[in-house]
Formats: sequence, C-alpha cells, structure tokens
Amino acid sequence: MAQDTQENLPVPPPPAAGAVPVSAFRRLLGELRAAALSAVWFSVLALPLVVFRINSASGRIDYLWGRLPRLAAAAFLATLTWRFLLRRVGFSRVRRAVVEAGGPPPEGARGPEGSWLTLLDRAPAKRAILAAGALLLLSIPFWATPYVVTVMITALIYITLGLGLNIVVGVAGLLNLGYAAFFAVGAYTFALLHANLGLGFWACLPLGALAATLLGLLLGIPILRLSGDYLAIVTLGFAEIVRLVLVNVGFTNGPRGIRNIPPPSLLGIDLNGSVKPLLVPRGLLHADMDLNKVFIYFVILAIVALTVACVFRLENSRLGRAWLALREDEVACQAMGINRTRAKLTAFALGSTWAGLAGVVFASQITFINPQSFTFLTSVMVLSIVVLGGMGSIPGVMIGAVVLILLPEYLREFSDYRMLIFGLIMVVMMVFRPQGIIPSTRRVYIYRPEDHAGAPAGDALPPEGARP
Amino acid sequence: MELFLNLCVSGLTKGSIYALIALGYTMVYGIIALINFAHGEIYMIGAFTALIFSMALGALGLSGWGLLLACGLLAAVYCAMYGWTLEKIAYKPLRGQSRLAPLISAIGMSIFLQNYVQLVQTPNFLAYPDLIPPLPFAGALSGVATKSQVAIVAATALSMIALTLFIKRTRMGLAMRAVSQDPTMARLSGVNIDRVISSTFVIGSVFAAVGGLLIGCATRQIDSYQGFLAGMKAFTAAVLGGIGSVPGAVIGSLILGFSESFAAGYVSSDYEDVVAFVLLILILTLRPDGIMGSATTQKV
Repeated sequence: MAQDTQENLPVPPPPAAGAVPVSAFRRLLGELRAAALSAVWFSVLALPLVVFRINSASGRIDYLWGRLPRLAAAAFLATLTWRFLLRRVGFSRVRRAVVEAGGPPPEGARGPEGSWLTLLDRAPAKRAILAAGALLLLSIPFWATPYVVTVMITALIYITLGLGLNIVVGVAGLLNLGYAAFFAVGAYTFALLHANLGLGFWACLPLGALAATLLGLLLGIPILRLSGDYLAIVTLGFAEIVRLVLVNVGFTNGPRGIRNIPPPSLLGIDLNGSVKPLLVPRGLLHADMDLNKVFIYFVILAIVALTVACVFRLENSRLGRAWLALREDEVACQAMGINRTRAKLTAFALGSTWAGLAGVVFASQITFINPQSFTFLTSVMVLSIVVLGGMGSIPGVMIGAVVLILLPEYLREFSDYRMLIFGLIMVVMMVFRPQGIIPSTRRVYIYRPEDHAGAPAGDALPPEGARP
Repeated sequence: MELFLNLCVSGLTKGSIYALIALGYTMVYGIIALINFAHGEIYMIGAFTALIFSMALGALGLSGWGLLLACGLLAAVYCAMYGWTLEKIAYKPLRGQSRLAPLISAIGMSIFLQNYVQLVQTPNFLAYPDLIPPLPFAGALSGVATKSQVAIVAATALSMIALTLFIKRTRMGLAMRAVSQDPTMARLSGVNIDRVISSTFVIGSVFAAVGGLLIGCATRQIDSYQGFLAGMKAFTAAVLGGIGSVPGAVIGSLILGFSESFAAGYVSSDYEDVVAFVLLILILTLRPDGIMGSATTQKV
C-alpha cells in the first residue's frame, strides 16, 4: 500500500538554496495559469446547461450570459484552493510513506503523536470527553427548541443505523447498498402490527428488530458465494425489491403509506397533559415542546448507548475478530479455521437488527410512513455516514452521522444549493481525507527489518504499537 | 401474437438503451474496478444538452438529419468532456485508496450533477421534441415497431460494432485490453495508464450521450432524475452479464430489457422493476461472476 501511494505521487523536488524568491514567484505564476485554464475549461463545460435555460414546451430560450463570469471566478478560486490542498495532502502522504518504509522522519514532519486525534487515546481525556458528551446529550431537551430535538432524534436514529451498517461494511467488509430495506422492515413491522393488532411501541421494538434480523438472514443465504461489487449490487437490488413490494402490495396501503403511528408510552402516563404543566413554568422546557418527542429522544438515546456498548463488545469478541479476518482476507481467514458462512450470516443478521430497532423508533417519531422514506438515497446516506466518519470506528460513525444530518439543516439558508454543496462535500472529503473524520485505530503490527538485525531467525515479532 | 411481437420489440429497445449505458459502467469497471455511480447522470446530461442544442440550432434554421446529427455530435462532445472532468476531479486523486472511497466520491458526484442540472435548468419534466426524421423503410414495420424504436436499435447496433472494432483494431483498444488484464504489466510495457483511463471515461460518456438523446426522442420527456434509475438498471445489466466484459454488458442488457418487457406485458407493469432485480439475484446465485464473467480462482 505504502509503495503504491509513493509511486503515484510526485516526490517534491529539493528546494534550491538562494533561489527561493524566484522559484516561489514562478510557482505562483504557474498556479495562476493553471487556475485560469481551468476557469476557461469549466466555462466551456457549463456553457450549454448554465447559459441557455430552455423551456421546451413554449420553445423559449433564456440566454443568461450573466451567470458565466461568476462561474468562471468560482472555478478560478476553487482550482487554486484545490491544487494547494492537493499538494499539501500529497506531501504528507509522501512523508508518511517515507516514515513507514523505515526512513528517518523528514524535517518538520508531524508525527502521529502530534495529531489532535490521539487525544482520544488517552484515558482521562477520553473519559472527560465522554462525560461532557453524555451530559450535553441528556440536557438537550431541557434547553433546546422542539426543532432541535426533532433534528437530534433524526441524527440519533442515523447514528444507530450507521453503527449497525458499520458492523457489515466497516468490520466485516461486506458492502451493503440496501440497508434501507431493513430500516423499512422495522418501521413497517411496527406500523402494521399497530394498525392490525393494536400492538404498542414496546411490544414492537423487539419484534421489529427480529423481523429485520430474519430478513438479514434471508438475504444472507443466497449471497454467501458472492463478494465485493456483486454483493453490493445484489443488496441494492434486494432493497429495491422490498421497496417495490411495499409500494405494490395491498396491505401496506401502497405509496399512500400508513398513518397514526403512536408514540411510545411511559407506563400509560399522559406526558403532555400531566408532566408538561410541571416543567414549563419552571423554565425547564420549551412551551411548544411535545413531551412525547422528548420521550422518544430519550428512548433513542438509550438505544444508541446500548448499540455502542454492544458494537464495542462485539468488535473485540471472538466473532468480531472473525469478521475482521474475513474483511482482510477471505481465503486466509478460512485457512485459519474460521467458519466463513457463519461469520457472513451473523454479520448480515446482526447488522440488520439495529436497522430494525431504528425503524421502529423512526415510525413512532414521524407517525406516518410510506415507501418514499426508504429509498436508495437512505441507504446511501447511511453508507456515507460510515465512510465519511471513518470505517470501523465507533466515534467516527457518530461524528459522521451528526455532520451529515446537521449539515443539510445548517445549509437550509442556501436552500437551493443545499444538495449541491452536500454532494460536493462528499467528493472533497473523500479526496482529502479518504480514511474518514476519525479513522479507526486498530493496532497494526509493522515489521521493520532493522529492529531485528541481530535477532535469531524465527523469533516472535514484538508489537510495534498503534498507528492511526 | 401481436402482443408478443410488440413486447419483443419493446424489450429489444429497452435492452438497447440499457446496453448503451451499461457499456460505460462495464468498461470503467474493467479498467479500474470502480463503480462509476455518476454515469447515469452523464446520460441525463446527454439528454439535456442534446435538447438545448436542438432548440438553439433549430432557432438557427437547422432541421431533419442535419439537426439530429449536429445535436448528437455536440451532446457526445459535451458528455465526453463531463466524463473526462469527472474522472480528473473525483476519481484520479483517489487511486490507490480503499475501494469504498471512490464509491462514495462517485455517489457525491452523482448527487452534485443531479442538483446542478436542477438548479441551472429545471427540476420539472421537459417536453422532448421528436428529432428523428421519417425513416425511408419505416412503412414495412408499421404496427410492429415505432420509428424511434427502430432508430434506437439501429444506433445501438452501430455503436456496438464501432466499439468492437475500436477495441479489437486500434492501438488504444489494445492498450485498454492490456490494462484490464494487468495494469502493472501494462505500465511496464509502456502503456500510458492515465490516457487509457481517460479514454475509457470519454468513450463510455459518448455512448451515454447517444442513449440520452434517443431515449428523449422515444419517451418525449426528460427530467433530471431519469439518470438515476436508468443508471442503476444499466449497472444491474452489466453485473448480470459479468462486469468488465463488453459482450456481457450487451447480453445482460438484452436479458434485462426482455424480462422487464414481458413482465410488464404478461404479469403487471407494477412488478416490472421487481422482475429485473429478482432475475439479478437468481442469476448471481447460480453464476456468481455473471453470465460472461470468468470465474477468478485465487491462488495463495
């Protein structure tokens, strides 16, 4: 891997002493020229779509030449930034490759120990951050507006989804592009059981999870032989089948969906009637807050805590190690005596369980579901959370979910450009930080020949320590 | 019997369109093992650019075959430029990274392009003119196939022949085959990998543009969402045939087109898409590497 990166990147030329100002000026000129060229290129590229706005029904063409200079200026600035960042990322990659290959760290190189991320590895800091985070999350309903609570519920639902998918994609390395199907099954289990049998939230929570798990097993069996992109496309197709069945089958009420899904009950107490008058006058609650929403918030918060605990324990269990082995090398993993069938099936089934749980909570939060909520875009969103946050890393997935759910909310001011910027950020993140916001810090053992120069052959290799 | 014949024709037409898009997926996958999720958007941009040029050139007085050819050519050139730029921005900096990073960047690019077209043009449906002039021998086929169906099948067949010749006969085609077999060895033999990858994107985009123009003329309306489902179906077709294989993509597309068309005709049009995906799961369960794909044995 390290060699590969090194080959693809230009090694920075050694700076000539004394000639710095001239070469810096030259470089700047070169950069400006490149940016100007790219501005021209993008103007040509955008010309038909941006300048000629058509209305083909009336045959009218609006010639919007005024858009072109703005676009060219944006392209000019974007190219300058892009090239600057790309060069910096390239340099740091070369440096890391040199260090990994056993060379001396270059001057001014910032080692992994200098990075702010390693703060998370120190136990006291970790505990302090965890405590602060928990306190913040627990206190949100008591000072925030109803809108904030609603958005936070969505974010927490997506954290649960992200952690569940992380088992499948991040830990076991099975690319699942149809995660929304399991989410849908959880939500529909609750909605249908409530509408037909009158079951409540608490009865449906385990049933929804069970239904999703069974569906995960059902999907797992035919695809055991598949791997990589074939697996991805089959999961995608499977999710489309589930969605189309939900649209077309009679008892799900088709595209109109199911209404009047109840909130979870707390021992039968009427929260808005009896508890709310106690809290609002003391300034402990926003006057417009729906206490059922607050309760859902705490339920999903508890589910997230449970998920984190489970996923953390799973990752370090025998099964979790089997998944990691499966991700790294299927053949070697089988040779070591790991039951591949069981590892794959459990990854799929356990990953789906969380989607089922999240689905039940989702249904009770929005009180109305239809197949439109469970499209491919939902799957993509969850996958993006896992990859943007950092595959296989629990804090990464949590940050990823918060960023991806809150970002579109903050971008509402640019409502027209919202999704445009969203797509662009996904590309930019992947180009400049492909390992995710908080990469997983699994211990990696590296062999360095010079450490074993005098060691007798066959000696066990001592661990080299963690690297991000 | 007439229903059967009509379903065959519509299946062939659908399959042809899928094939035009699937080629872009399968070629890119063959060269750099990447699912180019934004390819469906290139197809959509092809439909839009062709429509814009048809109106602009129509206003200048062009019509008939001249207009169709000019629009097709300009749409192809623009899609090629979009494909080339797409690769340079979203995929080239990510070479050598894990497989998921380019996939996410591709999905991001797809969202970006879809919203870009919505923003600068319209999120609503646009009426599409019938750009195909009357065909000389269409009278013989009346009642069986419409003019645009004939045009789609003919254009697809021509494109396939051209592509096969390109891959078999030209130096660039040879370089492409070499890179898809073994990139490292190809580079050692002096193949310019960057150029091969760029040309793959350019060629795939040109076919997508042709598909976009033709589907617009056939369905008589386009919108900025159409690239997504068509892209997904075409990718399914490419996988069905064995991704990375050009004949496989064509066969997979035809199977998909026919089965969808028959399902719509004999079962219910609601389940048209279900059939496509059920078929995919069935075929891949029986032949995990697709119909034309070669099983890769891993040596340890």
